[in-house]
Amino acid sequence: MTNVSVQNLSKSFGNFKAVDDVSIDIPDGSFVCLLGPSGCGKTTLLRLIAGLEALTSGNLLIDGVTQNDIPAHKRNFGMVFQSLALFPHLSVAENIAYPLKIRGADKQTQRARASELLELVKLPDVEDRRVHQLSGGQRQRVAIARGLAIAPKLFLLDEPLSALDAKLREHMQIELRLLQKKLDITTIVVTHDQREAMTMADIVIIMDKGKILQSGSPIEIYRKPVNGFVADFIGMSNLLPCEIVSDTEVKVFDQSILLTEKIGSELSKDSNAILSVRPEDLTIVSAEDAHDIKAEVSFIRDLGSSIEILFRVQDCELLAVCTPRNRPEIVIGQQVAIKLNSDRLTVMSS
Amino acid sequence: MSVQDNGINKWLAAYPTIALLVFFLAPFLIMLAVSFFARVEGAFFEPAFQFANYIRFLSPFFGRVLLNSLGLSTAAAIIAVCLAFPFTLFLSNIRRKEQTLILVFILSVLSLSEVIIGFAWSTLLSQTAGIGNLFAWLGFIDEPRAYTPSLTALLLGLVYLGFPYAVLVVYPAISRLDPEIPEAARMLGASPIRSFFTIIIPIMRRTMLGAFILVFVFTLGAYLLPQVLGRPQHWTLSVHITDQAIFQSNIPFAAAMAVFLLLVSLALVGMSLILGGDKKGAQT
Repeated sequence: MTNVSVQNLSKSFGNFKAVDDVSIDIPDGSFVCLLGPSGCGKTTLLRLIAGLEALTSGNLLIDGVTQNDIPAHKRNFGMVFQSLALFPHLSVAENIAYPLKIRGADKQTQRARASELLELVKLPDVEDRRVHQLSGGQRQRVAIARGLAIAPKLFLLDEPLSALDAKLREHMQIELRLLQKKLDITTIVVTHDQREAMTMADIVIIMDKGKILQSGSPIEIYRKPVNGFVADFIGMSNLLPCEIVSDTEVKVFDQSILLTEKIGSELSKDSNAILSVRPEDLTIVSAEDAHDIKAEVSFIRDLGSSIEILFRVQDCELLAVCTPRNRPEIVIGQQVAIKLNSDRLTVMSS
Repeated sequence: MSVQDNGINKWLAAYPTIALLVFFLAPFLIMLAVSFFARVEGAFFEPAFQFANYIRFLSPFFGRVLLNSLGLSTAAAIIAVCLAFPFTLFLSNIRRKEQTLILVFILSVLSLSEVIIGFAWSTLLSQTAGIGNLFAWLGFIDEPRAYTPSLTALLLGLVYLGFPYAVLVVYPAISRLDPEIPEAARMLGASPIRSFFTIIIPIMRRTMLGAFILVFVFTLGAYLLPQVLGRPQHWTLSVHITDQAIFQSNIPFAAAMAVFLLLVSLALVGMSLILGGDKKGAQT
């Protein structure tokens, strides 16, 4: 059991607030991704949890026990660093067994555990290699194995896959997620890659300027982003300025759109609102009726597996995505009518 | 590329070899030759081929002097590296601007000659003007006393001489060390002291060896500090070489001692490189 509770955590460097009054509750066994642009405070938050930075104010509780005064080396967490930080003077097995050696395990136990972990990360029979003899992906696996060596209560990873090439990264995301499920270990990963977060996480926490903007399951955040920043950060989104008519109706490009869900009460009629439309919720319609938006096709990007169509509506650029099967018969420069799927739209403050 | 160009390039490439021959190998060969020459009493020396100079050197007295020289330099180098390493580690953790300031200050020590360092320490450790007065005033000792000449004073001077060099050798390696490495050790359960001894020192082993060799060789050549800060029994081989060459006008004997010192120190440096080198070939 590992329940992590972050309560009003803050960290300042001089006048700069890297983490600003952050509170999160992480249930046992969940996979959490801290997601945000560089400099948003996600790495600092992870380092605060790890104990590598001293917190300025707030509380960190693990299973109800405060960790504030426990030094990093006594917290018994596993961690994978961005640079991996493998020890160059030790063999692979010695790297993995280092935490066991520190805790006084005998040589046989160390060796057996190292082999077991290498088996677990699917990198068997490299015990006696040196770190510099391994490829990037193999080093990655060794770093993960080392982080898991003591079967830690909490597993922390700081941009662990950023050094890998795109294909390997995608593959490792799946492996990491499956490994976490198998071990049922509470895990926090820092990443700036939304695709990575969506692939792995139970809970995604979006941060910007030291604060949490939104947290929830990936699909929740994708469907119901709280603001334009989140909508744009998780997936792509068309953010259209709109006018609120009633709590179920907005006006976009002089067209009235009826929403299936009520607009949040914090948005009043006269506030500057934004309508977020996901590219897949934008379709071209053949028959023109009064509720359609007139648009001009400005570019078609055919990627084979999907087709991205750029439209120009008044002075806004809109993006639509469709599958090759649903590809409309259009050419660049053509005037078309487009429709927004009203059950998937989100209205937010600008 | 024209033929002429090629010729110029060839000459440029040969330059290091020529410089090495003219400035290092030739003087050494001359010294080697002179070490077999015979001294002429009241004059200089004449060409000969005799081992008398080397035979004279193989006496218990000069054996002691040689051991004393090597021991002093080894001790000074070990102390200098042991002081410089944590110092540089600390230095690399402070702000860049202050780092530069401290480095410049340390570099400025290099501009002081052995003479200035020797006499400055000699004054500082003397009875009349030295720190003994401060200790007496503070009540640690009853009355001011001199701390020089002594072995401690001599070692102090040699360490002072070698310390900036040790910092200069160690600094680049330490500032290049991935800061996540000691952090990783901490996350894996090692206390800061444990991570220092089990991770940082082993990773820096070669760098420290390099610093040790540099300070060792450098202090081996010190001939003034032993005379200013040490007693006659602390005089190193370098002092005796100077003595023979300048005051006794016995150039052949001085040359023989210099050749011997060179060979012994080369052998020691080679041995420490072999012993300290990683047989498994890490860090390539």
